[in-house]
Amino acid sequence: MSFRKMSLGLAAATMLAGTALPAFAQDSIYVPLFTYRTGAFAGSGTYIADGMHDYLQMLNQRDGGIGGVKLVIEECETGYDTKKGVECYEAVKGKNPVMVNPWSTGITLPLIPRASVDKIPILSMAYGLSASARGDIFPWVFNPPATYWDGLSMIIKYIGEKEGGLEKLKGKKIGFIHLDAAFGKEPIPLLQELSKEIGFEVALYPVAAQDMQNQSSQWLSARRDRPDYMIMWGWGTMNGAAVKEAVRSGYPMDKFYSVWWPSEDDAKSGGAGAKGFKMLNWHAVGTNFPALQDIQKHVVEKGLSKSPKEKVGELLYNRGVYNSLLIAEGIAQAQKITGKKAVTGEDVRRGIENIKLDPARLKELGLEGFTETLTLSCSDHNGHRPAFMQEWDGTKWVKISDPIEPMTDRVKAQLDAAAKDYAEKNAGWPKRTEACDKAS
Amino acid sequence: MLYREAGQFKTNYVSDSAIFPLRQDRIGLGLIILAAYALAFLGNSFLLQAVMIPFLVFSLASIGLNILTGYTGLLSLGTGAFMGVGAYACYKLMTAFPDVNVIIWIFVSGFFSAAIGALFGLPSLRIKGFYLAVATLAAQFFLQWCFIRIPWLVNYNVSGALDAPLRTLFGIPIMGPNATPQTRYLLVLTIVIVLTWLASNLVHGRIGRMWIAIRDMDLAAELMGIRPLQTKLLAFAVSSYYCGVAGALLVFMWYGGAEYDVFNINQSFFILFMVIIGGLGSLIGSFFGAALIFILPIVLGIVLPAVLSPFGISVGSDVIEHLRFMIVGALIIFFLIVEPHGLARLWQIGKQKLLVWPFPY
Repeated sequence: MSFRKMSLGLAAATMLAGTALPAFAQDSIYVPLFTYRTGAFAGSGTYIADGMHDYLQMLNQRDGGIGGVKLVIEECETGYDTKKGVECYEAVKGKNPVMVNPWSTGITLPLIPRASVDKIPILSMAYGLSASARGDIFPWVFNPPATYWDGLSMIIKYIGEKEGGLEKLKGKKIGFIHLDAAFGKEPIPLLQELSKEIGFEVALYPVAAQDMQNQSSQWLSARRDRPDYMIMWGWGTMNGAAVKEAVRSGYPMDKFYSVWWPSEDDAKSGGAGAKGFKMLNWHAVGTNFPALQDIQKHVVEKGLSKSPKEKVGELLYNRGVYNSLLIAEGIAQAQKITGKKAVTGEDVRRGIENIKLDPARLKELGLEGFTETLTLSCSDHNGHRPAFMQEWDGTKWVKISDPIEPMTDRVKAQLDAAAKDYAEKNAGWPKRTEACDKAS
Repeated sequence: MLYREAGQFKTNYVSDSAIFPLRQDRIGLGLIILAAYALAFLGNSFLLQAVMIPFLVFSLASIGLNILTGYTGLLSLGTGAFMGVGAYACYKLMTAFPDVNVIIWIFVSGFFSAAIGALFGLPSLRIKGFYLAVATLAAQFFLQWCFIRIPWLVNYNVSGALDAPLRTLFGIPIMGPNATPQTRYLLVLTIVIVLTWLASNLVHGRIGRMWIAIRDMDLAAELMGIRPLQTKLLAFAVSSYYCGVAGALLVFMWYGGAEYDVFNINQSFFILFMVIIGGLGSLIGSFFGAALIFILPIVLGIVLPAVLSPFGISVGSDVIEHLRFMIVGALIIFFLIVEPHGLARLWQIGKQKLLVWPFPY
């Protein structure tokens, strides 16, 4: 082995690395997307990544960006790994990103304290730290449109209505199968509080991250306990495996509810038996919207997307589109407030606080009826928007309910306690100094 | 030519048994340390925060595992968990006693890890090799279970996560989001240098000889008067101490906040690979291993697009990720074929060749 050759190679590599840092023109807006198309969660992550990328790309192709400023879209592969996520954050930090979308609770947590220091807003859409909904304590973190506590209260409310009133749940048994991590455990305090009050019994079935694909023991216990309802808080391969196991163990699928993360593929993994499986959702499925048709026309058909044609409009693809809708709206609002074209992270933070996606605005964006109204404000970084229930009919998701309002008072109590707790635990947590904009 | 032994006479035993008998080595080491400190002022924040700090942290953890696996010959798969013990201990200590300087707590947290490590090292007296690996695997799963299940460890934090509070040294923030990468890097670098120096003295002295004797043949070592139980437990304790400090640095100096999942079985394998690639029973190998396993993928991630784009090939981040996996994997196999004793051995061969260059006899 020649050491001279090796060191020469190494020197060359270092030099290349030095030149590789690209420079961006001032008149563009840099939007990094943290995505995972590899690893254990790629099954969900790829569709989301495609949806996010394609919507922004469509704006570039159709309108030349936002407000005439081109978006520089760059994906950074995290593999849902905190290590790589933090590396991605460091890599994009120097390029003036207008916001980051970590797409993993594990990556979001280390970034939360850095956001206010680096002046980069974090958009963790319906994941991350629920307490960050409090804009007065977390001015730089946003988690619209609903927290996990909102989600749980909606499911309980829906079940209660089916039984003929919440009080009818008394004496019933509700199973809660969840990923054994902060994400999956978050709804438990609320669930237990409700169980005490209403009088239903709770059975917990934690699934450790390393056993996501093997849930036979949990479902065996479920078979023994015979819960009247099952509620699932899972992500990645856990959802598909749970549906499969539920079908195999003969659990009645119409009593099986999930938070908003399973995809079509997860439901399909249960085969024909998965019919009746229900989940929360807050946006439409399908491509029957002008904006999505524009994506097909300007991006997918031009070969600028990595997504297979038939996957456009699927549940998680549209989830990605929704995420990018918020990104774009945050930037647009920031431009409106500041009058600047090339906005910075600080401007976009103000922009997101002023997001007001009402039906008129959605229609303007070509997404009429795609989702509920979302209004964020200085103090409310979440919106606590209602979601609807949808059911798997064996081939596709079918919306089966009107929007269900969350139990706002209860969620607020949890939220305030958690936010206060976080600020107290992190002694020296900065007070909000960012001024509030008047609602425009 | 410049690197040669000629003219350096050893006139006493101390200079003969020095760790770096060659003057050039000593100068080289001094230069490397100087360069490492200079980097704090020359490097940008990406280099410091995303490359150098984790590299040093993983090097420290590799040194810890190397003491156990490389020097004492005890295979462990519990490194991730022992790192976790250090991180959680550090968190509990610094939130319970916020007035004591956090640097003290970083060093103290290692002792908790050492105690737990020694406890799980008990089976090592009776079992060896794969069987011991299984026993340490139990430590990995048990401790990870504790991290999830005992909310007291995270002060009943609802998010279940550790986060770095603001801590200062002489009024300068050294921990928490306000600490600059520069100060963090300087702190991590100093801790790693101090602990590496300590480890070097340990492994080259009486204790290190005892460990090596146990590794090479424990029966013979016992006959020579080395007590296996104490020696092995000491190796477990020291190794876990290093891992514990590395774990505390990992969470509070690098991530700034983390979930229990950081200390999973993959972390243990990650460190084990560094030790094997770097070279078992070598301190410098720990640094080489950490560099190859951790830094190389980052360099590839930057270099590959730059190399491919002039040819008009634009590749997505996912393709880069797959390429990284393939190239790093291939390199690991290549290095192990070229030199089964790891990069440290390659380094040693290189130095020996250099001694007689350009006139090898």
